[in-house]
Amino acid sequence: MDLRFTPEEIAFREEVRSFIRDNLPAGTRERMRLGHKPSKPETIAWQRILNAKGWAAFNWPREYGGPGWSAIQRMIFLEENLSAPAPELLSFNITMIGPVLIQFGTEEQKRRFLPRAANLDDWWCQGFSEPGAGSDLASLRTAAKREGDHYVVNGQKIWTSTAHHADWCFCLVRTNPQAAKRQEGISFLLIDMKTPGVEVRPIISIDGSHHLNEVFFTDVRVPVENLVGEENKGWNVAKYLLGNERTGIARLGISKAAIRRAKEVAREVRMNGRPLIEDKAFRIRVAQLEMDAKALEIMQLRVVSAFAKSGGKKPDPLSSVLKIKGTELLQNSSELVMDVGGPLAMPAWQQELEAMSNEPSPGPDWAAQMAPAYLMLRAASIYGGTNEIQKNILNKAVLGL
Amino acid sequence: MDFDLTEDQRLLTDSVARLLGDRYSFEQRKQLLAAPPGYSEPLWAQYAELGLLGLPFAEDFGGFGGGPVDVMLLMQSFGRHLVLEPYLATVVLAGTALRLAGNEAQQGELIPAIAAGELRLAFAHSERQARYDLTDVLTTAKAEGGGWVLEGAKSVVLHGDSADKLLVSARTAGGRDDAEGISLFIVDAEAAGVARRGYALRDGSRAAELSFSAVRLPAEALLGERDQAFPIIEQVVQAGIAASAAEVVGGMEALQAMTLDYLKTRQQFGRPIGENQALQHRAAEMLVNLEQARSMAMLATMVLEEPDAADRARSISLAKVGVGQAARFVSQTAIQLHGGIGMTDEYAAGHFFRRAMVFEHMFGDTAYHLDRLAEGIE
Ligand SMILES: Cc1cc2nc3c(=O)[nH]c(=O)nc-3n(C[C@H](O)[C@H](O)[C@H](O)COP(=O)(O)OP(=O)(O)OC[C@H]3O[C@@H](n4cnc5c(N)ncnc54)[C@H](O)[C@@H]3O)c2cc1C
Repeated sequence: MDLRFTPEEIAFREEVRSFIRDNLPAGTRERMRLGHKPSKPETIAWQRILNAKGWAAFNWPREYGGPGWSAIQRMIFLEENLSAPAPELLSFNITMIGPVLIQFGTEEQKRRFLPRAANLDDWWCQGFSEPGAGSDLASLRTAAKREGDHYVVNGQKIWTSTAHHADWCFCLVRTNPQAAKRQEGISFLLIDMKTPGVEVRPIISIDGSHHLNEVFFTDVRVPVENLVGEENKGWNVAKYLLGNERTGIARLGISKAAIRRAKEVAREVRMNGRPLIEDKAFRIRVAQLEMDAKALEIMQLRVVSAFAKSGGKKPDPLSSVLKIKGTELLQNSSELVMDVGGPLAMPAWQQELEAMSNEPSPGPDWAAQMAPAYLMLRAASIYGGTNEIQKNILNKAVLGL
Repeated sequence: MDFDLTEDQRLLTDSVARLLGDRYSFEQRKQLLAAPPGYSEPLWAQYAELGLLGLPFAEDFGGFGGGPVDVMLLMQSFGRHLVLEPYLATVVLAGTALRLAGNEAQQGELIPAIAAGELRLAFAHSERQARYDLTDVLTTAKAEGGGWVLEGAKSVVLHGDSADKLLVSARTAGGRDDAEGISLFIVDAEAAGVARRGYALRDGSRAAELSFSAVRLPAEALLGERDQAFPIIEQVVQAGIAASAAEVVGGMEALQAMTLDYLKTRQQFGRPIGENQALQHRAAEMLVNLEQARSMAMLATMVLEEPDAADRARSISLAKVGVGQAARFVSQTAIQLHGGIGMTDEYAAGHFFRRAMVFEHMFGDTAYHLDRLAEGIE
């Protein structure tokens, strides 16, 4: 056992870091440093820069345009990218539909979709959840009926992140309502968002942003060649997608960037007449989070190595530990940043600015995104399988309770 | 000690509950948020009619002669509906300053107008560089020609955008961080040299950045004794903590009820999610926290009239910490137990969540008050 990175891994980290430093557009870097979420054009531009370098499809096999990295390298890459902070690769494209098509897709599907997914020529979204099917995903009801060369899709999805940006949606639909087990009547379909009968309605979240959507399907005709895997075997595809390599699940880089940000701003604000950074209780809180981050980093390495050793076959139930600790750290570090901002983190300066066009912000730049980040990250323990569901998985799969 | 309500207090809470039940649905509130001034003028007039705006003031000034307990009960009701009107700013904060420091002429002029719903005030003390430090005042007032000239800026002033008059703290002696040398002034919001920039806080309530450049004030603008305003300011903030703590307790009650309802009705895996013991325990923990907060809001209310300043400050800090921590736990858990629906702006839980968040960052946060308590440990 050796917990140290090899010299090659250290050199790799340096290579990634300097590439990001030299190539991340300055405007994007500055906005993200101040806590703004990347815009659609910023995300696309950055993913294309990475793709030109051969890094965007970081977890795909070489034959499909991946860089052929080890599990550790993939982890290092993701962490450096997030903590830069640079826009995240669009996970729907890179860690979801890409690996799914590589595993289950026809040659035609791979040829048609993979290069465009890597280059973000197509923006994908994930149509799994429904109003009645959240944690209990297998109860989904959106129906797809076979009619000649098409499926006709009717139903509703909800919480569909960035559907309003999306060109394509990968969807779970019910193709056999009579199946003995609910899981056995589900299929995995690729739906062009421009097809007649697809309607996207915005959901505004508590941070005031438009990220979530409802997607309605009314007699949407989907060519049968857009079925992935076999009809009624979509649950296996979905399980593969959800259990697929979970290197990025903890999004450790974001937490590290937040802790760094909290320390920076703590030099500018005061507590009891002195800089907050000198306050002992504040320093203890930072120390606690830095401990959590380090533990998570090592945990992540262990899970990633074990997954690599299994030949990428067995999703490790310990990835649920990563999800739980990772999202708790995301939430706690965003909470720290907001608390550092204090009263100046409370105004919705942004909204006011949008209304008043050219006026300068009434508040300091560093304050604007503190509360929205905190608010939006409340969702981290809800999406991707709630933390309660992760604990249920641990109870069953590890503890045997 | 007696935890039961008097007949008058019961009547008061019942009539307020009825009014807000009629007029403060989630949809009605949303309309108020959408247009200036960000609250309801007609309701403000109704509060006056019901005697709510005169609640803590003496009957001689058109008040109701109530005490801190009455204000607590009212704020709790306001909290259940996330009331947006400037009650805290006008009646609690500015009202306390006027009650404690105003001379007879000032009280006689301003308090009846507040009680009648004709005058809205804001308490303009905090400055941008100060964060939570109450003595950090850089705004100055210089004596000139028998009056004063005010210069400086105030930050995140609650309801500062729609107030008719502002109670502004300014340095008349001493330097940054000195408790001595701070004075309070009554400033007309429309006076020459006053600039205001209003905005919504994250919970939708209104606040403003204020600046004063060469604002001329008459001698009578001074509220209380020159250089000696700091103890008044502390008491105003304490009254603000007690009242907003009660408000947040009301909000937590609503959140708790809403969450409980959701646990019973939301079905997943063929049964209500509330049948999972993991969630039952979370709901029980919410209750435990709510009860802690309720106790601490009562403590804050009780000590407002405590003469020993050190005792009073300590209890208020205890209450701010207790209510703040409970509010954070209860509101975070409420969102989690709702799943995706808790994250949407179209659902009330998130609005209570953001009110609790704003409360935590007013008048000193948990870390600030724990620090004060830690300093005082013997
Ligand atoms: C910001 C955000 C982005 C999202 N993006 C997408 C997306 O792009 N595509 C998509 O398909 N979906 C997306 N989702 C949906 C997400 O996957 C669901 O919200 C999640 O699966 C939970 O489902 P639910 O919201 O219906 O909550 P529910 O399943 O109703 O859960 C409510 C509460 O009950 C608990 N609970 C439920 N069952 C149990 C149990 N058996 N034991 C213990 N506790 C239980 C949950 O943990 C939760 O606390 C997103 C959600 C959010 C908030």
